[in-house]
Amino acid sequence: MLSPAFLSQLRKLLPDHCVLHAREDLVPFESDGLSAYRNTPDVVALPENESQVAAILRLCHANQVAVVARGAGTGLAAGALPVDGAVLLVLSKLNQIRHIDPLARTATVQPGVRNLAISEAAAVHGLYYAPDPSSQIACSIGGNVAENSGGVHCLKYGLTVHNILKLRAWTIDGQLLEIGNDTLDSPGYDLLALMTGSEGMLAVITEVTVKLLPRPQRAQVVLAAFDDVAKAGAAVGNIIAAGVIPAGLEMMDRLAIQAAEAFVHAGYPLDCEALLLCEVDGVNEEVSDDIFTVHEVLAASGAIEIHTAESEEQRLRFWAGRKAAFPAVGRLAPDYYCMDGTIPRAQLPHVLRRISEMSLEFGLAVANVFHAGDGNLHPLILFDANQPGELHQAEAFGSKILELCVEAGGTITGEHGVGLEKINQMCAQFATPELTRFHEVKAAFDPDKLLNPGKAVPELHRCAEWGAMHIHGGQLPHPELPRF
Amino acid sequence: MLDTFIDRIRAAHAEGSPLILQGGGSKTFYGNADEGEVLSTRALTGIVDYQPKELVLTARAGTPLAEIEAALAERNQMLAFEPPHFGGAATLGGSIATGLSGPRRPYAGAARDFVLGVRMIDGTGQPLRFGGQVIKNVAGYDVSRLMAGALGTLGLITEVSLKVLPKPAAETTLQFELDETAAIENMNRWAGQPLPLSATSWHAGLLTVRLSGAESAVHAAQARLGGEWLHDAAAFWQRLRDQATPFFDKRPLWRLAVKPTTPPLNLGSAEWIEWGGAVRWLASDLPAATLRDAAKTAGGHAALFRGTAPVDGAFAPLAPALLTLHRNLKQRFDPKGILNRGRLHPEF
Repeated sequence: MLSPAFLSQLRKLLPDHCVLHAREDLVPFESDGLSAYRNTPDVVALPENESQVAAILRLCHANQVAVVARGAGTGLAAGALPVDGAVLLVLSKLNQIRHIDPLARTATVQPGVRNLAISEAAAVHGLYYAPDPSSQIACSIGGNVAENSGGVHCLKYGLTVHNILKLRAWTIDGQLLEIGNDTLDSPGYDLLALMTGSEGMLAVITEVTVKLLPRPQRAQVVLAAFDDVAKAGAAVGNIIAAGVIPAGLEMMDRLAIQAAEAFVHAGYPLDCEALLLCEVDGVNEEVSDDIFTVHEVLAASGAIEIHTAESEEQRLRFWAGRKAAFPAVGRLAPDYYCMDGTIPRAQLPHVLRRISEMSLEFGLAVANVFHAGDGNLHPLILFDANQPGELHQAEAFGSKILELCVEAGGTITGEHGVGLEKINQMCAQFATPELTRFHEVKAAFDPDKLLNPGKAVPELHRCAEWGAMHIHGGQLPHPELPRF
Repeated sequence: MLDTFIDRIRAAHAEGSPLILQGGGSKTFYGNADEGEVLSTRALTGIVDYQPKELVLTARAGTPLAEIEAALAERNQMLAFEPPHFGGAATLGGSIATGLSGPRRPYAGAARDFVLGVRMIDGTGQPLRFGGQVIKNVAGYDVSRLMAGALGTLGLITEVSLKVLPKPAAETTLQFELDETAAIENMNRWAGQPLPLSATSWHAGLLTVRLSGAESAVHAAQARLGGEWLHDAAAFWQRLRDQATPFFDKRPLWRLAVKPTTPPLNLGSAEWIEWGGAVRWLASDLPAATLRDAAKTAGGHAALFRGTAPVDGAFAPLAPALLTLHRNLKQRFDPKGILNRGRLHPEF
């Protein structure tokens, strides 16, 4: 609980309408995009300018009150879940596009600006911002930096970390950090990389300068159906080995295909085990050459059907099915739980086989949607939260999937972040020395652990407790840790 | 093998005696002078894993770049950041530790952009592993990218996993006689259009532009841009990458990184412009403060690249808040300050 004295000081820093403390005003902020995790915040602060952000941080630091930063609240890992006794610092009112420089190809924006709004504002110059998380219509750039968001196009155009130049950020004691600059590198350590994906644990971002790219002249998509997921997986590697880096390369399994087709009638073949969507973009001539190559490779890889979109309308329809895959799967069951592991692509057949075996063990169906180009797998576990124990089963199943990804040489999160959701799986991914260094990186910025406490990096005792429950192959993880 | 390095660093940590981390020694000129005994990674060689279909290569730090590039070329792939070799002995570890990239950098990305994971030994002798061998990974802080450009001051890199890319099917280089102002404008204007640019350079009235991609795309761009076709272009870009032309022999050689649209700096000495206007090489005797102010005003920073560093160091001084973070990070990864002492910053 925050003290009345603290709250009254907080209210002095902001106009009345920028501090929410009535129960009914706080409810909308009790979860982010992962609604299975909820906690009503003690107070919500909605600053309208940078100096208010700095003042709030200084006040919290002086009173040793924790701060959880939040953007649009579309995150899928409970990274913006309110923490008891903390201020929820919502940056959505900082929503101005400060400046677009078409010749230098940059946009300088406040953190609450929506991802898609940047591309919309840059369109008049023939430019766009490349990272396109599926929530791009709603998610904000500050959150994108905090999570190092990816998207369908990141195999070719990179993640957030590859597409930003400069940040203004504030430490918990209210000092301004100007990280990066208007050129392509900076003296000293790469703090821009360290800040990107740091989940609000190091500093609070108040301005981002992003790179803009020229809009490709043309984009073209090929759809291919396979009677075997292993063949579809191999086709992905074959396309890349042929020297083509597709702008997007997506795979769906049978259940996902059928759900998507029933929902949006994208024109997908239904009698197949896997579907690939391969989009190439670029200069007109290059797209024609690449489409030819992709078509040949898909045929040689055993595709049972191949369709090149013959019009822009058909291209968008092919994509509509993929983009609607999550809500489409959502029609199959009252609830679904989206996982986010990354694996080396060669491991795909093995991983999918294990997931389907586990699906039987847990008694919960799974649809698989896969950013195949970069190995980022999104299994969607279907369940019914109203059935006692099913949410717990779904979470247990999800944990097993993430541990499977680590065993296969991959990672527990490709683009959604750790947040609170995957904090236990961090113990599977990293050993004690690495986790210790993560805590030390945090301490270099925020020694009092006031920014987003309890998220992203587990305390070592937590790994000890978790490890006691997960003895794998007779080996106790983190054997050096004391156990109580 | 790794144990030898761990033991050596543990001993140095215990004694507080500084070490100079070195690969092929091709970039010893870069950064401030450091002190201590040389710890060479030259014995730590070999490609550990290369999966062309995954676009991922993992190699030990002392592996020569030439060996890696030859293995990639066999599968028609490349290191897209085009790392400089500076005389031939460059290693993978040194390339990542310095974070230096070549002419393709503004169009394909920097060394740090391609780092997927590292194995390292910190300044206490603790072996650590960050990142991995997959392209998307947001678990934990991005310590592997932090190692890129840290000049070995946070740890000895022992192994690196990188994203690699297919070689473009076709490349051609065009030259245009243009003054500096027009060249800078064209570099920026063209970069904002869907053209397959992969390198740009301007020096002594000549703008040189490389196009890379599908053959048809390169031809179409060539037809659109005009210019003179440059014979022996591969050698031109390699000499620029490795600074193997007489221009780069002058001392002191300054690197001014600026906002790419910055008009001519007019600092009174010959210039070589790269990276779409974002880097201006200058052989200049002007005071460090003058050059740094000019670069800072232009949105960037100036570094003494070759020659004797000014007393406050080769690199632009850090703002106080950033310097505090640097000190804190250095203290956590190398508490006794034994790794490449002073190389990145005179203080540590």
